[in-house]
Order: sequence, then structure tokens, then C-alpha cells
Amino acid sequence: MSGYSITEPSRRQKWVAGTLVVLYALITIMPLIWIITTGFKSPVDSISYPPKVLFEPSLEGYVNLFTTRTRVSPEQLAQLPPPKRWYEEIVRNRDMVIAGPSRYGERFMNSVIIGFGSTFLSVFLGTLAAYAFSRFKVPLKDDLLFFILSTRMMPPIAVAIPIFLMFRKLGLSDTHLGMILLYTAVNISLAVWLLKGFIDEIPREYEEAALIDGYTRFQAFYKVVLPQAATGIASTAIFCLIFAWNEYAFAVLLTSGTAQTAPPFIPTIIGVGGQDWPAVAAGATLFLLPVMIFTIFLRKHLLRGITFGAVRK
Amino acid sequence: MARRIRGLSDRAIAWIFVAPTIFLLLAVNIFPLIWTIRLSFTDFKANRNREVEWIGLQNYQRILTDSDIWITMQATAHFLFWTIFFQVLIGFTLAWLINRKFKGNDLWTTIIVLPMMLSPAVVGNFWTFLYQPQIGLFNYVVAFFSGVDPSSFEMIGSVKLAPWAIVIVDTWMWTPFVMLICLAGLRSIPDYIYEAAAIDRASKWRQFWTITIPMVLPFLMLAVLFRGIENFKMFDLVVQLTGGGPGSTTELTSINLKREAFEKWRTGYASAYAIILFVTVFGLASIYVKALNKVKER
Repeated sequence: MSGYSITEPSRRQKWVAGTLVVLYALITIMPLIWIITTGFKSPVDSISYPPKVLFEPSLEGYVNLFTTRTRVSPEQLAQLPPPKRWYEEIVRNRDMVIAGPSRYGERFMNSVIIGFGSTFLSVFLGTLAAYAFSRFKVPLKDDLLFFILSTRMMPPIAVAIPIFLMFRKLGLSDTHLGMILLYTAVNISLAVWLLKGFIDEIPREYEEAALIDGYTRFQAFYKVVLPQAATGIASTAIFCLIFAWNEYAFAVLLTSGTAQTAPPFIPTIIGVGGQDWPAVAAGATLFLLPVMIFTIFLRKHLLRGITFGAVRK
Repeated sequence: MARRIRGLSDRAIAWIFVAPTIFLLLAVNIFPLIWTIRLSFTDFKANRNREVEWIGLQNYQRILTDSDIWITMQATAHFLFWTIFFQVLIGFTLAWLINRKFKGNDLWTTIIVLPMMLSPAVVGNFWTFLYQPQIGLFNYVVAFFSGVDPSSFEMIGSVKLAPWAIVIVDTWMWTPFVMLICLAGLRSIPDYIYEAAAIDRASKWRQFWTITIPMVLPFLMLAVLFRGIENFKMFDLVVQLTGGGPGSTTELTSINLKREAFEKWRTGYASAYAIILFVTVFGLASIYVKALNKVKER
């Protein structure tokens, strides 16, 4: 726009607004930067006063994150053959030897399996339901949508009581399948709601033309509607994935050994005398970074999704 | 025509498409809800294997007359009020500034949004590190700007400060949500309204109060509804930050409920508690939505 506009803010206004927003943004990402940098600090640097901004990077946090270690006496240490790998050396410097792998890898994989499994299921079922809600006269349609949304008002702990008993009876406690089904049930309300919005935007004429060309309704659905809704499906999937990835309340109550995800595990990483902050920060970094990168790269779809979903409700 | 008949009827498709979702919601939402209602009339304890007795409304009676529950409710109310207050104030201001459309505003918006996309439990746990007296970054920064000794105050260890410690982290995390919804509201106001007002020589101040605020209000109210419901359910962030302590100063309803249900194993009692919470949220939300619709109609 080259013409003069009354509503266009002046340059000075833009500059002031920009400065304030950038200032807020820098303050707000400080804790996140602190997580990432603490992961690369040595234990001493991580708890120094004043807090260290510049430090010598160390991978000790990451080594501690992935291993369990046992303390050995200096005499025993002297008898051992020289360390073969760089991470063995880091551990030896602390008078310890590596005893085995930690459970972090497993917990991270559980998060991946449960996250992607439940995302696939909620988007798959959600797309079908959303299509039906969007295109057909389903009896009690309005009530159903309201019901779907009202399930979100229940605190997760309240839901967890009967789910805990139910899973115990069905043998689903602490299993991947149980968690996938649970997260799908929690996510599906939002998925249907978001997807219905996206499918509503696709003109019905496309399918009607396909039906006249001899497609069955089902063919029209997956050959005409699905490709059109692909972007909407993708951004819904990201929301479901982020929810399942971040979820803590159900995970901490319903899983313990085999199916525990990373969020309940990371806070339990302890070292000598309390939490091993570099290791906690390393674990948090690996866990949070994918979401941060996703958010920055897919910002257009995500930002639209957050407000779209909320404002439509 | 023959090919169309071969396909399923629209009615059949509609049911096939909706059925799995309905089934899942029935199995994982409705059935447990009914079970919870049933349990709430019993003295069932999930860690014991004994005869379950029907005790009628005794659980409800006990909860509604328990003074500890009211302390919990007060903590929740404090948390709800101040988080919503700060998030609306900061969120709206940020949205209003971002709407000045300065260069690079979408990238900075994304950076501001980052905290709300992350796992509250993992981030909350790390905030306990930031809140450490002396070595914590938060204490250091506060000390740097205010001149007080960084080891003289404990954000999560003191009865006075802990309720504010959780408000600060929740505000840090969820202000962007309010901001995004306000931004959607601001962007929905067509330029010509401001142009018309400017032609009528309405001052900027007047334009703000007679155009911007009334038009963003329904969006803002919606944001408040969502934050209200979410923070009434709040568990992960606060349980990692303070675990409800010190004492029970930050023991929000969900944390209290978790204690009753999964530490004391008073399953029947906790079920009644859950039902009371659900009815409360549902009732408050319904009244609020009615008010919201009135604002929208204006």
C-alpha cells in the first residue's frame, strides 16, 4: 500500500511497539535459553553464584542423562584399563564408572510411540466424525458437539480415578495401548471440532460433482475431500501430538515401569544430593527442542490453529 | 446410476463415520463418569479388597463441611484470579502492540508463544531451579534490579511467596494464549470503522474505548473462559513447582484431589469430590457462556 492511510500506525508508533514486544520476547525466552545452556554446563558451573552466562561447555549433563554410574575408590580406578571412549573419561574424572544405560532413552521412545499412536488414531477417527458432522444430518448433532467439548471440563485427576480402576480390570495399566486409547479419547474432542471447521470450508459442490460423475460417497470422501483437507488435518495432527507429548497428569498416575513417558521421568533424574540439574536440563532440552522447532517452522499453521480452534468454540 | 447404488447410503456412512468416536467417548468418558457417580456414594478404597458399603450422601456431606477443602478452594481462587488478571492485562497489551504491524512481528509473536507449547511438568520442574535462593536465575535477576540479597527470599519455600511463584510461572506460560486470541479479535476489526471514526474526529483515546475494547471484548471473554477452565483443572505445572506446599498454601483442588484419590486412597470420597468439582466448573462455565452470548449480541 503506497497511499496514505489513517489506520496505518506511524513509524514512531511501530518502533516503540516493536521495541516493547522484542523486550518482552527476550525476557520470556530467558528460562528456555537457561534450560538449553544449563544442559552444557558442568555441575559446578550450573550452581555457581552469580549465575554463569559464559562457561566452558561440557557434555557431562548429557553423559549423566544417558547413563547410570557407580562410585569407585581411587585405588580401584587406578587399576582399571584406560578409558576407551570420551564419555568414559568424563565419568572417570568424577571417580565413577559407567554401570549401564539410564532409562531416559526408553522413556523418550515411549513418548514417541504413545504420541504418534494416539495422534494417528485421533486424526483418523476425528476426520471421519468431522466429515459426518459437517455434511450429514446426524441426530442430536448440536448436543453431541457440546458433549464432546464438555468432556474437556473434567479435571484429569477426576477422570483418572475411574480410568485407573478400569485399566486395572482390563489389564491396560502401564501399557502403550492403554495410554494411546486414553490420549485419543482426550484429543478427539478437539480434533473433531478443529477438523469440522476445516471441512466446513471445503465447498460441497466438489463432492456433488464427483457424485454425479459416478463416485460413491466414500470415494468422494477420500478422493475429493481428504486432499482438500490435508493442511487442516496436518495442523490438527500437530495439536494432538503436542498434547500427547506434553501430558503429565495421566502419565504419572497410570504408568510406572514399562509405558512411562518422558514428562514424569525427567523431574526424577537425580544425582548426588538432589537433582542433577545439567542432566535434567539436557533431558528437558532433547524433549522440548522438537516442539520449539516445530512451533517456529510451522508458525503460520499453528497460530491459525490455536485461535481458530478457540474462537470457533 | 448403478454405481451409486453399489455405494453405501449417506445415512449408513454418517453412522459408520461417527460410531467409533462415539464408542471411544462412551468407553473412556461417559462410562467412567457414571462409575465415578456410583463410587461417590460408597466408602470404596481402591487399595483394599473389602466389602464396599453404600453410605449415601455422606461423602458429599463430609466434603462440603470440611474446612481443609475451603482452604484449597481459597488457594485455587487466588491462583485463578491473579493468573487471569495478569494474563489478560499483559496478553491484551502485547496483542495491541503487535497489531501495530511492525517489521518482523510474526517471528517475535512465535517466540512469545514458545512457552505455552512446552510440557508444563518439565518446564515447571526446571523453574524450581530458577527459583533457588542465591543460585537461581530468577532470584539473581530480582536481586540485581531491586538490590535485595538473592538468598534472602525463597519463592517456593515461603508461605507468603509460594502462591505468587505459581502465578508468575503460569502467567509466563499462558499469557501468549490470551495474546493470540486478542490478536485474532483485533484483526477482526475492519479498518473502515477506524477510518469513519477518524473522519468524525474521534480522538485515538475515544476510538480505543468505543471501538477497540467493545469489539475485542467477546474474544477476551472467551480467552478468560478457557484460561479459567484450564486453571481450575491445573495440576502438572503446580505439582512440579511446589507440590502443593509449603504446608498447603498452593494446594489447588486438583492436587488436593490427587492426594485423596491416589495417596490416601479414599476412592469413594475422592469420587464425590470429583463430581462436585465437575458440577462447579460446568455450572460456572454455563453461566459465563450465557453472559458471553449477551455481550456478543450487543
